[in-house]
Amino acid sequence: MSTIPTPAPQDAATPIVIVGHVDHGKSTLIGRLLYDTDSLPEGRVAQIIESSKKRGLTVEWSFLLDSLQIERDQGVTVDSTRIPFRLGTRQFVIVDAPGHRQFLRNMITGAADAEAAVLVVDANEGAQEQTRRHAMLLRLIGIRHVIVLMNKVDILDYDQQKIEAAEQDVTNLLRQLEIEPTVFVPASAREGDNIADRSERMAWYKGPTLTEALAQVPAPSSRADLPLRLPVQDVYRFDSKRVVVGRIERGRIRVGDEVVVGVHGARARIATIESWHTAPQVAAVAGQSVAVTLEPDVIPDRGDFLFPASESPLRAARIRTRLFWLRQEPLHVGESFKLRLATAEHQVTVAAIDSVVRLEDLTEQPAEEVPPEGFAEITLAVSETMLFDPFLPGTADGRGVLVDRNQQIVGGAPLMGVAESVAGRNAIHPTGSAVSLWDRAQAKGHRGGVFWMTGLPGAGKSTLARAAENRLFARGIDVSVLDGDTLRAGLCSDLGFSDADRRENVRRAAAVARILAESGQVVIVALISPTVADRELARQIVGEGFHEIFIDTPQATCEQRDPKGLYAAARAGKIEGFTGIDAPYEAPANPALRLETAERTSDETAAKLATFISDAIRIDSAADRQRS
Amino acid sequence: MDDLDQLEAQSIFIMREAYRKLKPLAMLWSLGKDSNVMVWLARKAFLGRVPFPVMHVDTGKKFPEMYKFRDEYTKKWNLELLLGDCPPVEEIDPTLPPAARSAARKTAGLAAMIDRYKLAGVIAGIRRDEQATRAKERVFSPRGSGHKWDVRNQPPEFWDQYATPHEAGMHVRVHPLLSWREIDIWRYIERENIPLVDLYFARDGKRYRSLGDQDITSPVESNASTVAEVIAELETSRTSERAGRAMDHESEDAFERLRVAGYL
Repeated sequence: MSTIPTPAPQDAATPIVIVGHVDHGKSTLIGRLLYDTDSLPEGRVAQIIESSKKRGLTVEWSFLLDSLQIERDQGVTVDSTRIPFRLGTRQFVIVDAPGHRQFLRNMITGAADAEAAVLVVDANEGAQEQTRRHAMLLRLIGIRHVIVLMNKVDILDYDQQKIEAAEQDVTNLLRQLEIEPTVFVPASAREGDNIADRSERMAWYKGPTLTEALAQVPAPSSRADLPLRLPVQDVYRFDSKRVVVGRIERGRIRVGDEVVVGVHGARARIATIESWHTAPQVAAVAGQSVAVTLEPDVIPDRGDFLFPASESPLRAARIRTRLFWLRQEPLHVGESFKLRLATAEHQVTVAAIDSVVRLEDLTEQPAEEVPPEGFAEITLAVSETMLFDPFLPGTADGRGVLVDRNQQIVGGAPLMGVAESVAGRNAIHPTGSAVSLWDRAQAKGHRGGVFWMTGLPGAGKSTLARAAENRLFARGIDVSVLDGDTLRAGLCSDLGFSDADRRENVRRAAAVARILAESGQVVIVALISPTVADRELARQIVGEGFHEIFIDTPQATCEQRDPKGLYAAARAGKIEGFTGIDAPYEAPANPALRLETAERTSDETAAKLATFISDAIRIDSAADRQRS
Repeated sequence: MDDLDQLEAQSIFIMREAYRKLKPLAMLWSLGKDSNVMVWLARKAFLGRVPFPVMHVDTGKKFPEMYKFRDEYTKKWNLELLLGDCPPVEEIDPTLPPAARSAARKTAGLAAMIDRYKLAGVIAGIRRDEQATRAKERVFSPRGSGHKWDVRNQPPEFWDQYATPHEAGMHVRVHPLLSWREIDIWRYIERENIPLVDLYFARDGKRYRSLGDQDITSPVESNASTVAEVIAELETSRTSERAGRAMDHESEDAFERLRVAGYL
C-alpha cells in the first residue's frame, strides 16, 4: 500500500476486466465506482436518472452499462462494454463482462487484453458455476493479477467471521487453478462500502479499498527485453522496394541485426526500417508496427517469424494445448481446423482429447468429447512442422486460436508445448482439407449439398434422380447419384435387410454423401430409407446442406408400376420385410420438397427437382442460409 | 512508447490486416476529424500512400467548408475518391424520428456503394467512447446480407485475431479507431499536425465538436480556436461529444436502430 506506482500521465490506460456470476453485482459495482470517483460525464448521469425514473426505480447504477434497450428489457448485460476511468493520474479502462453463460465469447472478447481482473463474488451465495468458469478463463487467457471483491457483505451484517469463511472457500477454488489472488476486498457496491471510500462498518478490515487495490496493479511489464519475435503480417512491393511489415511482439530490432526468417531458416539482415512522417528510424521495440527491408532480399510469407538465431522458437508437428471451446456443439477427435498463431495459419487436426475440466469441482477427467463451451487439454496434429512459443501470460506467445471452415473463431488454444508422439490408442491422423468450402463453391460456381430422396419401392426415386442428374450436369453442375441398388451391389454388398443392416446401409450412404458434398459436389441419394430415424441419422451425419425430398407416390401406383417385379415377389411371399407390404414406411412430415409423381409426367417432375436443387446450391443464397 | 504510439501501432496493425484479408477494400472519409486521422494512419501503415479508395457518402447537406476541404485534400493526399449519393428522405423508414430518419439516408447511400463496388471490407472511423451502442462494436464487425449488424450474435474477438467470414453478400466493417478517445484524436492531430475543416474551431463563441449534416448538427459554446485550446477544453469538459447530433437524443433506441440497419 505504501508504494503506489505513479505512472506518467501519458501512459496508456490499464485495462481491468470485471467478471463473476450473474447477479453477483458487476454492473452495479462499475456504476458505483464511476460515481464515487466522479468519472461520469454529465449526459450519462442524466440518462441513468431518466431511465431509472421511467422504470419506476430508484437510481440503478447498472443502467449505465446496460446501454442498449434490449438489454434493459431483459435485465442482463449482453456484451462487454469498455469505460475509461481515472484514479489520480492513472488511466484505466473497465471492461464489463456479462454473467450469462452463453455469452462467454463476449466475455473473452473483453477480457483477453486485461492487465488485471476483479472477480466479484456474492459473499452470501459464494462461488457459483460462472465464478468457476470465469476464474478458469482468467487462467487460460493469462491474467495473473486477480482482485477478489466479496460483494453484498451488508447481507452478512459486515460480520468478520462469516465474510472470512466465504473468502476461504474462494481461496480454495482459486488455488486449484494456480491463481493467487492479490487481495480480498469485503465490500458492498450498492451501499458504497470499501469501493472508493473506506467502510466504517468494517473496522476490522485493514486491507485496501477497491480503488486502492486497483491503483496497485503493476504497469504492464515491457516485452522489449525478451528475444525478438516479429511475425510477418504482409509483404508489400512499393516503388521497386520489397517491404516486410508486422508488429514486433517482443524484443527489438536494429538496422544491421541478423535474423532468421521462418521455419526454413533463411538468414537475413535488417537493411532499413521504413516509415512515413517520422524521424528516420534505426531501431524499434515491442509493440511497434514496423516496415523493414531485408538484405539479402529474401521473401518471407505471412506468418513467418523473424527471430534471432540464438533464441529460436520451438518446432513441432504435434502440439499439446489447453483449450477453451466456444462452439455450442461438442468437439471430437478427428475434427480439423486452422490454428491461427499471431499472423500464421496452420492446418491442424484434433489427434487426442487428453482431459476435460469438470466444472463442478475443477478436476481434469478423461473424456470422449469437449462439451459446448468446455475447457480441455488436447493434442493437435499439424499438417507440417511449425514454429511456436509456449503460452506465456503477459506476452503474445502461444496465443493460438482455432478457426473452422467458415472462418469462425471456435476456440482459444494457449499452446503448452511439443506433444509426445503416441502410437496406438490415439494415433489417428485424419487430415483436413486446406481448401475451404467457400473456395470450392467459388471455383465450381455452386455449393455442394445432399438431396436425400425417400419413398416407397417403385415410387420413382432412381428414375427421377437420374433424370435430374442429366439436367443439372447439362447446366455445368458437378452432380452425382448414390442409388440404393448400386450401393448394395458394391460398398454395401455385405449387408442384408435386418434392421441393423438397413441402418448401416443408411449410415454408409450418408457418410459417402458427406464426403462428396464437402468436395463441392451435389449428391442426389435415392434410398427408400423408410423410417424417420433413418433419415434423422442421415441428416446428422451430413450436417449443413442436407435436404429431404419425399417422392410421394401412392402405394397402388408403385405396385402397378413394379419395375423390378418386387411387389409381385413380396405378395407371393418370396421376399420378407418388404417396405409397404410387411414392413412399415414412415412418410416425412416436413420434407424440404414433396414430389407427387402419379399425376405428372416424369419430365415435369424431374424439371421441378432440378430447379429445386439448383436454387438450393446457388452461391448467393449462402449468406441468407447462414443467418437462419 | 507512449499511449499515442500504442494507439497508432494498433491502428496500423488493424489496417494492414484489413488490407491483407479483405478485397476489395475501401475507407470511409466523412471529412471529419476522426476520418482525417484515419487517412493519416493509413499513410503511416502504407508508407505515404493510401492503397485503396476513400469513399464519401454525400448527403448533399454537408457544410460548404467540408466540400472545399474534400476537393483540396483529395489532390494533396493523392486519394482515389469514390463519391456516392443518398436517396431522398421520403424513401426512408417513416417510423424513425425525424433526425434519425434524415441520418438514415446515409445508411442507404452507403449500402448502395458497398453493393456497387462489391466491397468485402469498409474501414470506418467510429470510436467506443462516442456512443454507448458503438461501445459494443468489434474491430472487425461482419455484416450479413442487407448489411445488418447482429449485435446479439457478434463473433468472439481476442488476441488480435479478427473474424473474416467469406460469404457472398457479406462485408466486414473495420474499426481501427475503436479504442481511441476524443482527446486522443485531438492530441494526435496536434502531434502530427493533421489538417482539419476549420468548423472545429471557435468563431463568435461557438464551435462544432462533431460534424454531420447542416440541418441536424449544432455547434457547442466554446472559445477554443486552436488545437491546443480544444485539448484544454476537453480536459475539463463533461458533456458528451455527440450532444450536438440530434438523432442520438430523439428516443432511447433511435441510434441503436440506425446502427443495426447499417449506420456507422
